Amino acid sequence: MPEESATSGKKIFTPFNIVAGIILAVGGVLTILRFTGGLATVTNLSDYNPWGIWIGFDLLVGVALAAGGYVTSAAVYIFGMKKYHSAVRPAILTGFLGYALVVLALHYDVGRPWRLPYPFIVQQGTTSLLFEVGACVALYLAVLFIEFTPAPLEWLGFKRARNIVVKLTMLLTIFGVVLSTLHQSSLGALFLIAPSKLHPLWYSSYIPIYFFVSSIIAGLSMVIFEGALSYRFFKGNMDEEHMAEKDTLALGFGKAASLVLAGYFIIKVIGIAADNNWHYLATGYGAWFLVELLGFVALPCFLYAVGVRDRNVKLIRWTAAMTVLGIVLNRLNVSIIAFNYHLPSSERYFPHWMEIGISLFIVTLGLVVFKFIVTRMPVLYEHPEYKGAH
Amino acid sequence: MDTVFHSLHDFMLRTESITYILIVVALIGITGFWLFLSDSDDK
Repeated sequence: MPEESATSGKKIFTPFNIVAGIILAVGGVLTILRFTGGLATVTNLSDYNPWGIWIGFDLLVGVALAAGGYVTSAAVYIFGMKKYHSAVRPAILTGFLGYALVVLALHYDVGRPWRLPYPFIVQQGTTSLLFEVGACVALYLAVLFIEFTPAPLEWLGFKRARNIVVKLTMLLTIFGVVLSTLHQSSLGALFLIAPSKLHPLWYSSYIPIYFFVSSIIAGLSMVIFEGALSYRFFKGNMDEEHMAEKDTLALGFGKAASLVLAGYFIIKVIGIAADNNWHYLATGYGAWFLVELLGFVALPCFLYAVGVRDRNVKLIRWTAAMTVLGIVLNRLNVSIIAFNYHLPSSERYFPHWMEIGISLFIVTLGLVVFKFIVTRMPVLYEHPEYKGAH
Repeated sequence: MDTVFHSLHDFMLRTESITYILIVVALIGITGFWLFLSDSDDK
């Protein structure tokens, strides 16, 4: 373990802890309000707008940004890119926390959260896309949990259990890729039911493919972005392997992200052509669409390419942050901004401050748990007893 | 761009034609982009 353990002899009242503590305290109060007063007390949701930021941000963005888990483990274990091995555990942890928080956010959003297990135990409704999403998210959360368990098992010293789980790595990776392919695309497919509500520039019969391809971009960018943040804030918890691989990782994943972004740009343009939506580009929504397509797809694609060619890791990391922002923008455009675009402004949805507060609470909770884990368990370093053993 | 379509055939003919042209351009473009992207690997 690296010499400087963050768990020993530290100040409690750091700026991060104070801000996180305030957000968590306010979030706790908002949680009580939500579960005692109901959805109407804390949200601006209505029959016109039943899906707000708890779905648009917490779920759609959360699932997309948690794609780093399946992208990284597929690269390392299926495609044999062992040089990115050090990125697997942080990516799996981010994925696991991301999905866990998605499920937590769903408990706030669903009117009767105790019915969330119903698709499994009462009525399946197997023709529904929501069933597929629900089943895949639940199964993938379980897969991510098992994939991550070697870290806590090493930390706790349970060698036998740890060795059994490590033997399942390839099986879990394949299962994770299959489940992710299914539900990342199905989240987009949910919008196929609303061709008259979603603006034609965002609505397309290819939307499941858009969601899946953009999830790969989100996963790659998130691993680079998170790696940069980990290096900045948890440097003391990193071992030599992580330090040595961080630039290789940024260059390799940046190159992959650039190529996938180019492909994504092409299929988005083909989507406009296939539906003959060119004339919408001259409207206000068209300008906003072009901001997303040129500013957050074409530009990062080019910047990643320049960063890879010039071996400019700093540029790649900034581009990763920009791409993550682009994914957030895309999911919010599809689920909120370009959704119900035909309604008068008085009927349009804008989140209540308490909805934003609860989303902030959930993100902060994720950061606190992430910090708790990486400062204790072998995530950013290899456990001395298992060096090179996984 | 505001072409009036009198039949589904008209619509499909126009959109598919443009799409096929775009696909050819995209295939050539992405090959060039890959060469641009991989340039540093050869150095």
